[in-house]
Amino acid sequence: MKKSWWKILSVVLLIYTVVGGFLIPVPRLDIVNETIRALYFHVPMWFAMVFMFIASTYFAIQYLRKPNNLHDIYSNAFATIGIVLGILGIVTGMIWANYTWGSPWHGDPKQNGAAIALLVYFAYFILRGSVNNQEQRARLSAAYNVFAFAAMIPLIFIIPRMMSSMHPGNGGNPGFNTYDLDSKMRLVFYPAVIGWGLLGTWIATLLIRIELVKEKIEFIEDENAK
Amino acid sequence: MAPILALLIKESRLEIRRKSVISGLALYLFSTVFIYYITFNLRQNLITPLVWSALFWVTILFSSINTIAKSFIGEKRGLDIYFYSVVSPDVIILAKLLYNFFLCVLLALGGFGLFVLFIANPVGDHLIFLTTIILVCWGFSASLTLLSGIAAKANNSNVLMTVLSFPVVISVLLLAIKVTKNCIDNLDRSVSYDELITLMAINCLVTAASYLLFPYIWRS
Repeated sequence: MKKSWWKILSVVLLIYTVVGGFLIPVPRLDIVNETIRALYFHVPMWFAMVFMFIASTYFAIQYLRKPNNLHDIYSNAFATIGIVLGILGIVTGMIWANYTWGSPWHGDPKQNGAAIALLVYFAYFILRGSVNNQEQRARLSAAYNVFAFAAMIPLIFIIPRMMSSMHPGNGGNPGFNTYDLDSKMRLVFYPAVIGWGLLGTWIATLLIRIELVKEKIEFIEDENAK
Repeated sequence: MAPILALLIKESRLEIRRKSVISGLALYLFSTVFIYYITFNLRQNLITPLVWSALFWVTILFSSINTIAKSFIGEKRGLDIYFYSVVSPDVIILAKLLYNFFLCVLLALGGFGLFVLFIANPVGDHLIFLTTIILVCWGFSASLTLLSGIAAKANNSNVLMTVLSFPVVISVLLLAIKVTKNCIDNLDRSVSYDELITLMAINCLVTAASYLLFPYIWRS
């Protein structure tokens, strides 16, 4: 019970996000209107995705420093959850875009950058699938993970900011800072970020445990076969 | 420095001796441009400056991927063990990076020449365009060399090479297309500085990552 306080916190925060996100009054803005509530779901999911990818890269670096199978399992689990959150983020963004921009895929630099960033991590899983040797797979995918993360930084953090974009927060479009006056939105936004981040970590720990159990089963089966 | 130079000379000597590889590449480039020429022959006016820049960079991207992929994938088994015992991995990656950079620049300039000959030359500002070519070639060689090393160790390396490299080089390509558009539109040079500096920064980032990561993928 002592160890699972953060899991309970995650559930509580997410229930609060869903309830508060739909019920607490939001500022009325032209065009955006009620879709502003996407801020509570879409943006925190991206934040959580970036956290997961940072964790994945961290464990990849750890693996390169000290080749320990555990680091590889951690890195893989965090990348998996990161990509799930990324897909959720892109889908929620498309729902939002459908109502404010008029079509789900608008070719906005931020959308394209996000899609390419996801492609990078899909390539990571393909790389993992095409190496048979377990030790080599861990090392190669760790190297690619670090490299891909470095290549992803300009894609989502730099280039979209250089091009004209209709995404909120770009080129004079209302972004988060515009709502500085309305601190009510922050009351839901920050808990949402923490909630999604904790949920991602929770699922990652579950994946890690499944992987470890699988390894143990394989080990026991090998022993029995002897 | 001396071992890097020695490796560079060895690579280029090998390349000149096996003429089939380099002439194969030249023919690849030529055929691609010629196919463009034939397909667009009926409607020359279809090639607007933007189409030109898209065609140009896609051609350069594909031929560089093909060229750089073979820097590790085609190597004989056992050769890497020999190199491993003679020089440190830092030297190998630097030599390969430099060599691939030169090859890439050669390829891009050759491609540009063919485009001018067969299609058109819409570029107004040649100096900035040349700078872009050099920066892009640097970016390509920095990212693709490491990926070739990774792909060489896996199964079906050629497919993997393409899959791994596309997403990584896209940020370089996006900036290149933007600057090319500026060059074609003959905009003032100061407009492109931002993109060129970002391109430079990305190149530094990718080169540093390749240099740091190569020793780890090398060891096996």
